[in-house]
Amino acid sequence: MWKFNSAVKAGSLAALVSVAGATAPMAQDTMKVGVVAFLTGGASGPFGIPARNAAELIIDAINNGDMPGAYATPGIGGAQIEPVYVDEAGGSTTQVTEMRKLVQQQGVGAIVGYISSGSCLAVAPVAEELKVLTVLFDCGTPRIFEESDYHYVFRTAPHATMDNVGAARYAMDSMDGITAYAGLNQNYAWGQDSWRDFTYVMKQLNPDAKITKELFPKIFAGEYGAEISALLISRSSVLHSSFWGGDLESLIFQATARGLPQRLPMILTTGETVASRLADKLPDGTIVGARGPHGMLANDSALNTWFREAYVKRFGEEPTYPSYHMAQGFLGLKSAADKAAAAKGSAPDTEETIAAFEGLEFEAIGSTVKMSLAGGHQAISETAYGTFKFNKETGTPEITNVVRYAAECVNPPAGQSSVDWLKAGMPGATCN
Amino acid sequence: MLTLMAIIIDGLVYASWVFVVALGLTLIFGVMKILNVAHGAFYSFGAYGAASLIGLYSQTGLPVAGGFAIIIFSAIGIGLVLGFALERVLLRPMYDHDEVVLVLVTYSAFLMMEDVLRLIWGSGAYFAYQPFVAVGFVEIGEMVISNYDLLLVGFAFSLGAAGWWLLTHSRFGHILTAVIHDREMATSFGVNVVKVFVITFVLGAILGALGGAVTAPKVSVTPGMGVEVIVLAFAVVAIGGMGSITGAMIGAVMVGLARAAAVHLFPEIELFVIYAVMAGVLAWRPEGLFTRVQARKI
Amino acid sequence: MTKDRTIAILMSVACLAVALGFVLPEWMLFLANIAIGKALVVLGLLLLWRCGVVPFGQALFFAGGGYAVGLLGLYFGLTDIFLLTVVAALVGGVLSALAGLLLARYRGIFFTMLSMAFSMILYGVLVKTEALGSTDGIGLKRVTLMGWKPDEHFELAMYIFAVLLGLISSAAMHVYLQSVPGRLAEPIRGNEVRVEYLGMSVRRLMHLNLIIAGVFAGLGGAVTAFSVGHIDPEMAYWTTSGGFVFITILAGTGSVLAPFVGALMFEVIRTLAFAYVPEYWQIILGGALLASIFFLPGGLWSLFTMLKERQSNDANH
Repeated sequence: MWKFNSAVKAGSLAALVSVAGATAPMAQDTMKVGVVAFLTGGASGPFGIPARNAAELIIDAINNGDMPGAYATPGIGGAQIEPVYVDEAGGSTTQVTEMRKLVQQQGVGAIVGYISSGSCLAVAPVAEELKVLTVLFDCGTPRIFEESDYHYVFRTAPHATMDNVGAARYAMDSMDGITAYAGLNQNYAWGQDSWRDFTYVMKQLNPDAKITKELFPKIFAGEYGAEISALLISRSSVLHSSFWGGDLESLIFQATARGLPQRLPMILTTGETVASRLADKLPDGTIVGARGPHGMLANDSALNTWFREAYVKRFGEEPTYPSYHMAQGFLGLKSAADKAAAAKGSAPDTEETIAAFEGLEFEAIGSTVKMSLAGGHQAISETAYGTFKFNKETGTPEITNVVRYAAECVNPPAGQSSVDWLKAGMPGATCN
Repeated sequence: MLTLMAIIIDGLVYASWVFVVALGLTLIFGVMKILNVAHGAFYSFGAYGAASLIGLYSQTGLPVAGGFAIIIFSAIGIGLVLGFALERVLLRPMYDHDEVVLVLVTYSAFLMMEDVLRLIWGSGAYFAYQPFVAVGFVEIGEMVISNYDLLLVGFAFSLGAAGWWLLTHSRFGHILTAVIHDREMATSFGVNVVKVFVITFVLGAILGALGGAVTAPKVSVTPGMGVEVIVLAFAVVAIGGMGSITGAMIGAVMVGLARAAAVHLFPEIELFVIYAVMAGVLAWRPEGLFTRVQARKI
Repeated sequence: MTKDRTIAILMSVACLAVALGFVLPEWMLFLANIAIGKALVVLGLLLLWRCGVVPFGQALFFAGGGYAVGLLGLYFGLTDIFLLTVVAALVGGVLSALAGLLLARYRGIFFTMLSMAFSMILYGVLVKTEALGSTDGIGLKRVTLMGWKPDEHFELAMYIFAVLLGLISSAAMHVYLQSVPGRLAEPIRGNEVRVEYLGMSVRRLMHLNLIIAGVFAGLGGAVTAFSVGHIDPEMAYWTTSGGFVFITILAGTGSVLAPFVGALMFEVIRTLAFAYVPEYWQIILGGALLASIFFLPGGLWSLFTMLKERQSNDANH
């Protein structure tokens, strides 16, 4: 199958000298796939565990051929998936080590993983070196394909530029009279880049608005008293925040307790992850995004209905966007492998799958994904933003006033880097 | 003007929080000369314990004031259990070792306790906002201050006052002071130093858990919260000096005001302003602001 | 008096290691490179430990060396491994010379905390600065050896380089420890005032030792950067320093070979724990450290010396 020969080589060599015990080479119609996400640490609750759950669900569904529509055939290019789960914690050095072990010791044929941009940046060159097909499913930084070209690495989710372009557009479309805006983002690459992208777009769409506060608390600070005070007296019209996880929830509690949301509506680019969890604790009027049309912002489709039902039944809670992204990664992989298998008439190898993957357009859960950028390796899709409202009668959280933005409206075109595109005023953006 | 008021208020609120969190650490440090890295674990256990209990309690529909009682009592319970266990098993055998070795023992204990925490409570986040939200807020012009934060300031003051009174006016306090100054001398005067250590450590554990417990209603309790707090507590202890409650207060106020000023005026340096303050104080007074001068042993 | 065979032992271990390098799988070579990178830092820690101080901020110089390598590659396109290594060592040395101006006056817990504060300041600066990659870090171009590009056997080439660098560094440290300033390390720990009475300036000696430790830490950062191909601010975080101190305890300070043994053991434990108990690897690590402190206070190396002593005792009977 894929990498069968090198897997045999690695396997026997490892068996000779290995300390930790070698694994037998793969049989002809199963393929080992490494699945990497945060199983421990602060990112595991909001992102890693939902992603892992989705992986388990999707892998079983693919292996059994349970999915509706085009994905009903079992297996990836005919092969059953045997997952190998790896924790993304421990830093980039650990992730590089683990990727090498996955390929050289475990003999995986492909890897789907990585939530943290730091991990993605560190492992992408290693994936090239090891010649292992790697699908990045969640990390946000545009830098991956804008700084280097990759043959073996794909990303099936759009990068974070889309989130903040969408946020700015929605804010301008749904709110009147934005004269001043503020930012509260975690002080690390994700937060810094999110704010930077948002301000570029705002300067383009609303050049007269002032920036009142640019706050960057330490990630995992948990305590935002001073920041909330600063925002209370800042006289801004809207607040942009890319906060996630425990920080986001803490911020919402502390802000609500001091009446901030009444004075200053918030845009939460990852807000969908807390919409179900916090329910009536999330203030009405908060603008939420899901890093794409996911979760409560997903388009209706047979696939979406099936996914949500199966997920709730198996895990007892609603799937959020990390789950959608993980599913998307596997669906992309399956699409490419199935396409290559159909053309070849038998199980495809890595090169054939890569050829099929490049430029592929496939149906994801409640959305369509096009591998349009970076020579067909980087995905774009539409995005959606909406306004949160807790329905007191039914006691359920809802997202109203949903606006969808076409992929070409919120993503840079092929061949131009995100920052350049934003600085130039987003030339070529085709919006509805 | 408004900004100045905001800085002072925010600084005091943050200082109170830091003080409650760091008090236990400075106590243990002063009396036992141990820099207890596991303090971060006491903090997280306290937070998780309070959060899960308050969560359960709020489902019963009893008055919210009970939540406050839970904060205090769960912290005491957790501190007692963890403090006794840790002291007996890990520290007692090591008292005559180098103080650095003891730090490393507490560091390993911290690593293990973080995972034990996850074994018990899982990776998900807990919240226990009921006490926080129930007390409401007060508006002063454009500023809105949460009453919970005001209560916290009062609580910190009382804790500091109680600690000060304990140290200066009670018999146990005098014994503690003696042990802080000179352990060997105290022993030769008939003080059961090991018993003092046990009580101090358990007290420190309770205070650490209390720090976590009072924080729980304000935040989403997540794994890893202990790691962040350790460095903060260290900074306060370093600034204030070993075992000095006044020092811890001043250290907390300095850290609180510095951070609040940074957030309002220079957000760029907010990330490391605390370490800069710590480095600055240590550069000027190598043993912290309020350490007793120690005679050099020849 | 037994002849000091340490250098000979070091050389034979290095030869054996290089030979093994040709048969071991690549991921093991990679692991070994990481271990050697850490061991280099721990060599410096060994010296400082003997002086009686425990820095919790060696990550500062480790990150300094790593970032020097990365930035030179990114902005100046420099990829020669020898040049980069020398620069990393220099950067480590300069940073520690500056930090040492303040640090050399401190002892005990305050030394520990001040060194931690310095490395956390660097961490803050790195996280804040987008030009330095912020928390995402910077990818490194592959290093070349005097113009030769070891494309196919990159990991093996890095491994051999690391082993040789380890050999040279440990030999150098050993020689230093036998010299006058080196031999004064333990007396400083015991009683500084008496060392002053001997006519030596303790502060200058401490400063020198800090610089040496800084140089080694910079080398460690470079070796790690070469192998991983990626640097990020995590290299300066206090838990990274904690890892180095951990290895020092695990290894013991008995010999310059001990850091390498300890670092290798640490990487093996961590990898195994990660593989088999991924959700609870910290318990394993913490437990290993505790076990080491309680049962082997002299570190793994003391096990080795105990065995040697027993052997020579038996021989004498």
